[in-house]
This record gives sequence, C-alpha cells and structure tokens, in this order.
Amino acid sequence: MTRMEKAASFSRRSLLKTGGALVVSIGMPIGLDTVLEIGAAFAQGTKPPLTPDQLSSYIAVNADGTVSAFFGKMDMGQGLFVAIGQMVAEELDVPFKSVTVIMGDTASSVNQGGASGSTGVQMGGKQMRVAAAEARRVLIEMAGEQLHLSPDALAVTDGVVHAKADPAKKVSYAKLIGGRYFNVQLDWNKQIGNTLYAPGKAKPKDPKDHTIVGKPIARSDIAPKVYAQEDFCTDVKVPGMVHGRMLRPAVAGAIPGKVDESSIAGIPGARVVWEKGFLGVVADREWDAVRAAQKLKVEWSDAKPPFPNWTALYDHIRKAPVRKREIGGKESGNVDDAFKTATRVIEAEYEWPFQSHACMGPACATVEIKDSNVTCWTGSQKPHFVRNGIALTLGIPAERVRAIWVVGPGSYGRSDADDAAMDAAVLARAVGKPVRVEYTREQATGWDPKGPASIHRARAAIDAAGHVTAYEFTSKGFSRIDVNTNGGAPWDTLAGQLRDVELKSGDGFGVPAESYEFANKRLAWETIPPLLDRGSPLRSAHLRDPVGPQVHFASESFIDEVAAALNLDPIEFRLRHVRDARDIAVIKAAAEKAAWQTRPSPRRDQTGNKVSGRGIAYSQRNGTRCAIVAEVDIDRASGKIWARKFTIAHDCGQIINPDGLRHTIEGNIVQGVSRTLWEEVKFDEKNVTTIDWMTYPILDITETPQTIDIVLINHPEIAPSGAGEPSIRPVAAAIANAIFDATGVRIRRVPFSPDRVKQSLS
Amino acid sequence: MAHMNLEVNGRMHSIDADPDMPLLYALRNDLGLNNPHFGCGLAQCGACTVHIDGQPVRSCITPLSAVGNSKVVTLAGLGTPQTPHPLQKAFIEEQVPQCGYCINGWIMTAAALLNEKKKPSEAEIKDALTGLKCRCGTHMGILRAVKRAAEMMG
Repeated sequence: MTRMEKAASFSRRSLLKTGGALVVSIGMPIGLDTVLEIGAAFAQGTKPPLTPDQLSSYIAVNADGTVSAFFGKMDMGQGLFVAIGQMVAEELDVPFKSVTVIMGDTASSVNQGGASGSTGVQMGGKQMRVAAAEARRVLIEMAGEQLHLSPDALAVTDGVVHAKADPAKKVSYAKLIGGRYFNVQLDWNKQIGNTLYAPGKAKPKDPKDHTIVGKPIARSDIAPKVYAQEDFCTDVKVPGMVHGRMLRPAVAGAIPGKVDESSIAGIPGARVVWEKGFLGVVADREWDAVRAAQKLKVEWSDAKPPFPNWTALYDHIRKAPVRKREIGGKESGNVDDAFKTATRVIEAEYEWPFQSHACMGPACATVEIKDSNVTCWTGSQKPHFVRNGIALTLGIPAERVRAIWVVGPGSYGRSDADDAAMDAAVLARAVGKPVRVEYTREQATGWDPKGPASIHRARAAIDAAGHVTAYEFTSKGFSRIDVNTNGGAPWDTLAGQLRDVELKSGDGFGVPAESYEFANKRLAWETIPPLLDRGSPLRSAHLRDPVGPQVHFASESFIDEVAAALNLDPIEFRLRHVRDARDIAVIKAAAEKAAWQTRPSPRRDQTGNKVSGRGIAYSQRNGTRCAIVAEVDIDRASGKIWARKFTIAHDCGQIINPDGLRHTIEGNIVQGVSRTLWEEVKFDEKNVTTIDWMTYPILDITETPQTIDIVLINHPEIAPSGAGEPSIRPVAAAIANAIFDATGVRIRRVPFSPDRVKQSLS
Repeated sequence: MAHMNLEVNGRMHSIDADPDMPLLYALRNDLGLNNPHFGCGLAQCGACTVHIDGQPVRSCITPLSAVGNSKVVTLAGLGTPQTPHPLQKAFIEEQVPQCGYCINGWIMTAAALLNEKKKPSEAEIKDALTGLKCRCGTHMGILRAVKRAAEMMG
C-alpha cells in the first residue's frame, strides 16, 4: 500500500548512501542525529538543491525500486496523500503500492503552499503529475541508451522499461537510477506556494489510459490511528525538552504589568518567560507547567474593554467604516439604473457570526534550537511558512529553520497551530531548551483566529412581467485575512503581535460563485477594521471554505426568496438563470436523485408541531460545482431542527479517488450542519465567552443526518479541481431553504439554534 | 509526589507523581502511551477516554489517587493489528477517521457499550456516544462502523 510518511517518523527510517547519493528508505530505525546528515549532504552537493526547478525535489526512485514522492502540501485527514500517490504511480507506470508520499517537511519538499484552499489535487497534484511524467520520460530515455533502442520502441510495466516488441529486453527503474538523483531541470514558473508549477518536457497521460487514477483506494493511515500507533504533533518528544503553557489576559488587549515569579517557586523547574504582552511559563514536567500557568500571579494592565457585546455585533458591522470595497468579477449592465425602473424590489439582509476552528485538541508545537539550527514540529497546515515565520521571529536565516508537519488535532484553515509554533520558538530561545507548548481548551476555542462575522445585503429588481431585471449582492464583514492564511510573518501571529511588531492587517472577503445571468448584476464585498487590532481573540482568518459558507448562505437563501416571491419552484427558477452547463448538470442530478417535486415553496400543507421541508442550494468553488438538496424536520415547540437527509451532486472534474471523495464530502456536510445549526462565537465587552464545548457546542452524534446521498459526476477529460471544501459551501442555504419550505419562515441569521428557531417561528 | 503502582493494559507500572495529577498525564508522559489524547481537560470531548475496570472514563479529569488498584485499558490495549477488537476492524473497513484525534473516545465508549449490549439499536448507539466530539464530521462513518462491529460480535 502506498504509505503516507511524515518526517516525524524519520526516526523509523534509515538513510542509505548509494552511489554518492542519499536516499531515505523505509523501515529501519535512525535517530534524529542522522537526519541532520541530510543537511550536511545537501551542503556537500551530493544532492541537487531542494529547489522547485529540480525533478529530484518531487520524485526519487529508491534502490529497491520503490518511489518517494516529496509533496509540499499535506493531507489534513481527507486522504489527499492517497490521491497524490495514485497520480504519481499512474504517470510513472509503477504499482500504486510502491509509492510513498512524504509530506510537509521543509527539509524534503519545496513550498507548494501547504494545505490550502482545496488545492491539494488541483494544484499540488497537477505538479506531482507533471513531475512524475517527466521522471518516466527521463527513465525511458536512459533505458533506450542502455538497451540501444529508441524511446518510441519502449514501454513501461510496473517500473520495468521494456521493448514493446520484445518484453525480454528490459531494465528496471531501480537499475537505471535507484538510489541516485535525477539531475533534471524543470521549467519552473518562479512561483512559490499554491501556484508553483514546474513541468518538464513530458506530457501527462491521456486520461483514457488511466488505470490507477479513478480507482477507489483505501487510506493506509487509518489502521495506525485506530491501533493507537500514530504519533500526532502533540506526541513529539525531544531529549531535554521542557513543557510550556501560555497565559492570556481576562480582558483582551491587556498586557502583563507585574508578574510574581515567586508564586510558582515551589514548582520544579518552573520559569516565567515574559516579553511585553507575551507571557508563558515552562516546567520540566507537563503537569507542573499546567499548575504553574494556573498559579502564576499576574497583574494585567487596565485595558479598556475592547468589544461591543456580541448581541450588538451586527449593528456594529452595519455602522462600521468600510476599509476596502471590491467588485467581484465584472459588473454587467447598469444595476443602479435598473433598480430605478423596477416595478418591485425584493430585499433581504443575512447575518453570519464569528466561528471558531475549535479543533479537537488545542494547538501544540515543539521547538528545538541546537547549534543555531531550529527544528519545529508543528500541526500547522503550512510548515514552509512556519519556517519563514520562525526565522523572522528569531531573526535568523530561513535556511537555519526546519519545520516538520506532524498531523495535528484537526485542521480547517488558519487555526491556532501557527500561533503555537511561534510561541514555542520564543519560549525555546528564552529558556535555552527544547520546548513543547500546548494550549488549553479555553485558549483553543477562545483565542484561535476566527472565521469572520459578516452581514450580506441582497436585492433584486422585478419588472411588470415578473422577470428579474437586476441583482445586487454585497457582503460587509471582518476581513478573512486580518491575520494571514499562514504564520509566515510575525505580525500574523500572537507571538509577534504581543511582542509589539508592526501590524499589517489584510483585507479580503469574497463574492458568490455561481453562473446566474441577469441583465444587470453586481457582486461586491466590503471589509471593516478589526474590533481590536493587536492580540485579539477575535482576529479573523481563514476557516474551512473561507467566507464561502456565509456568502452562499446569503446568496442562495436570497435566490430562494426571489423564487418564492415569484411563486416559482426553487429549482425551476434557478435553471432559468444559471448559464454554466456543469452547474445545470449538478442541480439536475441532485434534484433527480432526491426525487424533487416541482412546486413553489413553502409547502403550506402541514399543520401540527412537527413539520418538514426540502431546500436546494448550489455553488461553485474554483472549478468545482456542488448542488445540495436538504430535507429537514422541525419541532416547532422546541425549535430543534434535524437536518435529516442530504442529496449532493458533486462535480470536481476528473475524480482521482471516489472513496476519498465520498468521505470528504460526508465530513464537509456534517461540519456544515454543525456550523449552521450550532456554532457562534459569543463575547462580552471584555473577551470571548465561548471557550469550551459547553459554550461553543458543535453537532452531536444524536443529531447526525440519517442519510447523505452522494452523486459523483466524473469528467476524466477535465483537469481535477478541489474537493476539500466546496461541499460545505451550500449546506447552510440548503437547510435555510428547507426550513422556509416547511414553515414559510425565513431565518436570516446563523446559527439556527433551537432558541433562535423557536423565536423565529413564534 | 507519591510512589504509585498502575496497572495499564495488563502490565504493572510504578511511577512517582502528584496524586492530584490526572491519569492522562501519567499515561502519556510517564508510561509513553501517546493515545489517549488531551482534548479539553474538562471531560467534555472524550479524546482522553480509557477503560477503568471496563468502564469508559475521561482520564483528563481522573486524578491518579482515584485509580488505585483498578485495571486501566487504553486504545492500544483494546486490540492490536494481530488481535484486533471488532471495532478497530470496523473503523478501518469503514475508513472512519479523518484526523483521528478523537478516535479514542468513540472506540473506547462504543467498546463498553458493545460489551454490555449485544446488537444495540441505532438509538442506543447514539445514546451511548452522545457528548463525544468529532470536529472533522465523521459521524456518519462512526455510526456505520459501530453497527458493523456489533454485527461482527453477533
């Protein structure tokens, strides 16, 4: 089976030196010291530089003929590494099981952007595919020289190059290059991150020739997880390591004024690390670090409570000055004029709260500084940027920093993981020992970067004949990049902000992604300043499908409102205006699978306490399309909603692994239900008050949907687009539209918690 | 600090620790058992679940002093690749976890249920597992796997 390898398990591997080259092989134990030899070998020039323009940066054929694929993105639990292994095996013509995908170590992969924006297959896989194709081309060329045959006369079967005419004339990849490096230059586009692209001369296979891509292949990392054999980032232990904990103020924005270190004098090894707003403790043993953080006496500065009460959040957003406004795409027609001549205008406003990553475990990172070299073990989904962030935080060259991703306790965007990495670096430098820092639950839910809160205004102009003549949609909210998508710069992390670096808050939001055609149409977004600009528990950043759920909750609810106002079936209305053929196909596929009955909403035929309804929503996301039909049951008396059934049609172009895709979609829908029905960051004037699973509830197993029917639309001829996030996007609107269908009541504020639903229905 | 004996996964261990320290820290740091996990320290999520005398217990709030001579079993002690517990087989067959950090809670809690109740209904399964958290949203797979394991156990 193709295995996912993480750099943490270097300790279970050995380095083989073959023909002057250094190749990582699986199965034999080595210590961390040996890992440092990699750096030494690099310096001696025995390996081509780890740069994006080198084929060896992506593909190595090991001495035993197995293949290592070095991937600068990581799998956050959706099985991405299986898909990458399939793409590499396919292009190389080697068995799937011979490929090992090695992810997330800055010492073995180039910066392909980390886990980011559902681009694992779309952009990361695209690069691995052309690299593998180029490796195959080069190997065939080498074989041709050895066998005295033209490359055209050769074929590859299971990693063995042979003459088409005479399979006995053959040479294996292992014999050709096993254990040595490709010294092949690629045509790198000079981009770093998601957009990195460096093809060779080879063209990838025609999809009709695929035999591995498109097959359902199981994940090999499940068994280690259920047998308790997998190490997470929380499990990294380094000799001489001490444990760190951070202290955060009760009033956001307050900084330590007086710290009484004697208050923890009785705790073995307990020490304070205090630098401006940054305050942490370390101790030799973990429980002692926990106790030290609890016992340390701190007088915090008298900061003015920085927030409005959360109940005033949307008023605040409405009144706040606009920091940046942007029109998404191209405005069509003349929207303002069209509204002036409208017979009727339909208007609505929608609200979405701050939401927390609320990962299963608080962030954890370990940093070791040894001989001026820094190693960081992090759950961050962007370790290459963590390397840069640590270098800037510590004021050392990035070459001196190695960041190693080790699977974390869930990751759905720019979580607290990047903050923990920087905190560990600052603590490790201060105490001169390796430090493992782990946050508390209160810090994980209370102090992680938040998905931004927003309001969304939509209006449609209707003419005398009942046609929509104009459509305008504007989002206004906190930026999704108040802190950036990664910890690559000190101003984007708590450790930087609390140590007074200059701030650089970014502006970004988004517009609906759909293909509705109206003669006059304008989609826009506006961002407002953060409530507290430095060290804020409400700093906003990317959370799974950044701003996608909020934008499309609003836009797809509104499209439904217009359909209802015109007394049209919601799907019929959509199909009148949707122009993209693949969009139309997903909508029709979901409707057909769900046995959609054509009629306007609401259904108006139910009485009594328990009612049910159905709703549709659809959206695009960077090439992927999803349409979801939700069927919900509502208990009017309790306000409790059961999102009972979902039918989703999903088109992400070519499907690499349908099994992985189905699991990914299921997870997205369930997380989408949770965020729609339950999740809301609350705060008072002083601080965030949703700080654990009681105050920040998520979906419970008793509320799990009964059925999720998935229709996968495969387009092998279309390059794969992303699947990590698109299917969470239309969930909230589909539920909202189903509630309207059942009750005739439109709920325009998420979450649809029992109290809010009850209130809305009464 | 006190000297204590702990029976974990059928083996006796002796450690020196603060009796007030939660069992979780002893399992992870003194015994080197990387599962269970720290999720909240508040008994709200289940990531730290172990069996104490067969009952699922949140080790993050269970002080060492309360463990005494009880038998502690962690996920690693529930089954191995060679002798898997049916739930472990089922979780693999159903490809349940995404990140997998929460997995202790679901498997250890379900194992206690299946030990007491053959062929539980879906409602009984949900009832037994209520309160456990999974942030990746693998709930559908968890329910499929527990049902599959229940069938395996006949």
